[in-house]
Amino acid sequence: MGDKLIQVRNVSKRFPGVLANDRVNLDIERGEIHAIIGENGAGKSTLMNIIYGLYEPTEGEILFEGKPIEIKSPLDAINLGIGMVHQHFMLLPSFTVAENIVLGTEPRRNRIFMDFKEAVLETQQLSETYGLRVDPYRKVGSLSVGIQQRIEILKVLYKGADILILDEPTAVLTPQETEDLFGVIRNLVEDLGKTVIIITHKLQEVLAISHRVSVMRQGKMVGTLNTKDADERVLAEMMVGREVLFEELHKVELPKEEVLSVDGIRARDNRHLMALDGVSFNLRAGEILGIAGVEGNGQTELVEVLTGLRKMEEGTLTIKGVDAFNRTPREIRKLGIAHIPEDRLATGLSREATIWENLLMGVQHMEPYAIWGIHMNKGKIRERTARLIEEFDIRTPTGDILAGSLSGGNMQKMIIAREFSFNTPILIVAQPTRGIDVGAIEFVHKQIVEKRNAGTAILLVSADLDEIFRLSDRILTLYEGRITGEFLSGEISKREIGLYMTGKHMDSIERGGAYEQ
Amino acid sequence: MLKQILNLTLIQHTIRTATPLILAALGGLLTEHAGMLNIGMEGIILLGSFFGVLGSYFFGSSLAGVLLAGLVGLIVGLIFAIFVIDLKSDEFIVGIAINIFAGGLTVFLLRSIFGVKGAFSSPNIIPLPRLNLPGISSIPFLDIIFNNHTVFIYISWIFVIMTYIYLYKTPYGIWLRAAGEYPEALETAGVSFRRMKYIASIACGILCGFAGSHLSLGYLTLFTENMSANRGFIALAAIIFGRANPIKTFGAALMFGFFDALGIRLQVVGVPSQFTQMIPYVATIVALFILTRRQLTKRKRDSEKQFK
Repeated sequence: MGDKLIQVRNVSKRFPGVLANDRVNLDIERGEIHAIIGENGAGKSTLMNIIYGLYEPTEGEILFEGKPIEIKSPLDAINLGIGMVHQHFMLLPSFTVAENIVLGTEPRRNRIFMDFKEAVLETQQLSETYGLRVDPYRKVGSLSVGIQQRIEILKVLYKGADILILDEPTAVLTPQETEDLFGVIRNLVEDLGKTVIIITHKLQEVLAISHRVSVMRQGKMVGTLNTKDADERVLAEMMVGREVLFEELHKVELPKEEVLSVDGIRARDNRHLMALDGVSFNLRAGEILGIAGVEGNGQTELVEVLTGLRKMEEGTLTIKGVDAFNRTPREIRKLGIAHIPEDRLATGLSREATIWENLLMGVQHMEPYAIWGIHMNKGKIRERTARLIEEFDIRTPTGDILAGSLSGGNMQKMIIAREFSFNTPILIVAQPTRGIDVGAIEFVHKQIVEKRNAGTAILLVSADLDEIFRLSDRILTLYEGRITGEFLSGEISKREIGLYMTGKHMDSIERGGAYEQ
Repeated sequence: MLKQILNLTLIQHTIRTATPLILAALGGLLTEHAGMLNIGMEGIILLGSFFGVLGSYFFGSSLAGVLLAGLVGLIVGLIFAIFVIDLKSDEFIVGIAINIFAGGLTVFLLRSIFGVKGAFSSPNIIPLPRLNLPGISSIPFLDIIFNNHTVFIYISWIFVIMTYIYLYKTPYGIWLRAAGEYPEALETAGVSFRRMKYIASIACGILCGFAGSHLSLGYLTLFTENMSANRGFIALAAIIFGRANPIKTFGAALMFGFFDALGIRLQVVGVPSQFTQMIPYVATIVALFILTRRQLTKRKRDSEKQFK
């Protein structure tokens, strides 16, 4: 550590209607792990994209080793030794690992031909030098996200990067994979003299890995501190600008009557592959049943089957004693299921409709909102809209604006307001806090637990283990379309559950450093 | 009668009729790989036929005709690229617009330049030169199949190999395919995906222009309204059938050319032309049907394998 490698001086970035970065200052020192945290939309990714040359700053300057420079394209950044691992991997699924790693600066024969042998060789060498094992011949699309991330890191290192920017690298990883990644980062910094900038919004990770941490809020840099002087509470406060209390959620014990049961469900995904292979469980009133699993192991399909959006091939679904095999979504809603979908933009709401229209969906044909089922009763609708906006703290001047203009957190609150207002005995909640800020997460969690305490049966599907652990009374792990374990809350650690989520509980618990590829 | 249909001339005709399909399909598969299929190929072929005749007639050289056709193709390809890549228009709508525009423009120019309706033919239109390979002219079998073709036929075969090498053996081909599969991945690797897409679209335009000029200068030396006769769409079918692989697409184009030639042969023996003209189109539909069926069963088999 020591001299200043990159200095960002009063950088602003204006997009139409938004000031994404507002006179931001940031110093990156050589050989440090520098964490940048902030809520979604705080401007972290924008700032990194400026440093990587994907955006040009509206004003301000960047100094590299003390000298002012202009980074106009990723190529300029690469030439300065800056590499970026993006949140969404920039990998070509149908190409091999080696081809992906050398993309853009391929080794050549006779100047115009690609030298595949050399590409494989260099991949193997890199992989050995940095201890990141990959198979150069495999197609990237067939590999797990953990491995794909390794490839991204190797890709950056192949281009000769000394400074690595990692944008939300742990969002898609299991706890084991995260630990492995941190090992790699430490190795890069401590033994190989690299500098790492890591963007995240998970506070524990910041404390675990970084030397220094910078906090951003609403496009501004709030401050930089040494990690050893920081704790979760301080960082959370800096991030949201007020005190955030991660209070214990109060849960009451209730008599638990079974309201939903599934037995031996088999269903295929959109590619016609078997996504659910004999899933059975039951759900009781007044409990939150968490489904933990790495994304893509059948969670999406499970939720779709339960809500009538996807047909099952075999199995039974019983809702409050009624057989609901392959019913339509509307019939299933009538039987008492409300659904907060995982992708709020695709299936949760209509961006082109107003907030009141979105809130009305599902009861638009019912008294008192529709007179004789056809004529809309504007007065009652307005009343309902105002009540829900107030009750669920949706931050908007009025219910008449388009839902698409809300922030992610407020969109989510709007969907939750609608679904909770139906007062169904069963709630299916998928990824309720994905991509929303700490304040909104706290609010959503409280609402969910309140529903539980009122006797609603809740099925919670989340890729965020912290969320699963915080809310669930009971946890199921889903791996490759099968339930691999069932636990009561507090019975199991995150680390252990990670083994069930990746099917590793069947092997010996001891790990040999690398996964199967 | 069968002997009259299935003889060496059939093969010779296949090679001839397949050539415009091969050229257009090669261009089209480049745009397919770059992630923006151009259905305006049909229109560019038509423009190529017209301007091929125009160039040959006025400059008295078939080469000039071919170059003019290629130039017009280049311009249309560039326009397509500007609309689709930079103005982000829908590629199908731009493609349809090109087709309609080409149909109208050729009819208009046919009247205003040559003062004729329907078709234009003149001894002043210089056809493409035919090549006779001296080495094989003494072997009767090979002589009929491979000789007395225009230069373009041999050039199109070389293009097939060059396209294959370009796409799969050079970094540029990898970039082109990457631009189609995941443009951002290419951009962050320091290569402009816009440039690769422009290259693909322009190359497609030039090749379709060549295809058109071969249609009007290859064996017949005339231009008729709507001369392309949906060859752009058959080329599209060849690309889909050959899964955008140059060699397989070449094979598919030959197959469609064969049915075209078969239609001509059947006409010779007296089958009504209404039926024989249907053959290439019916063959296209049947071929695509078979292909889709095969892919579906394969997918089903794969998924069953995975979970058993």
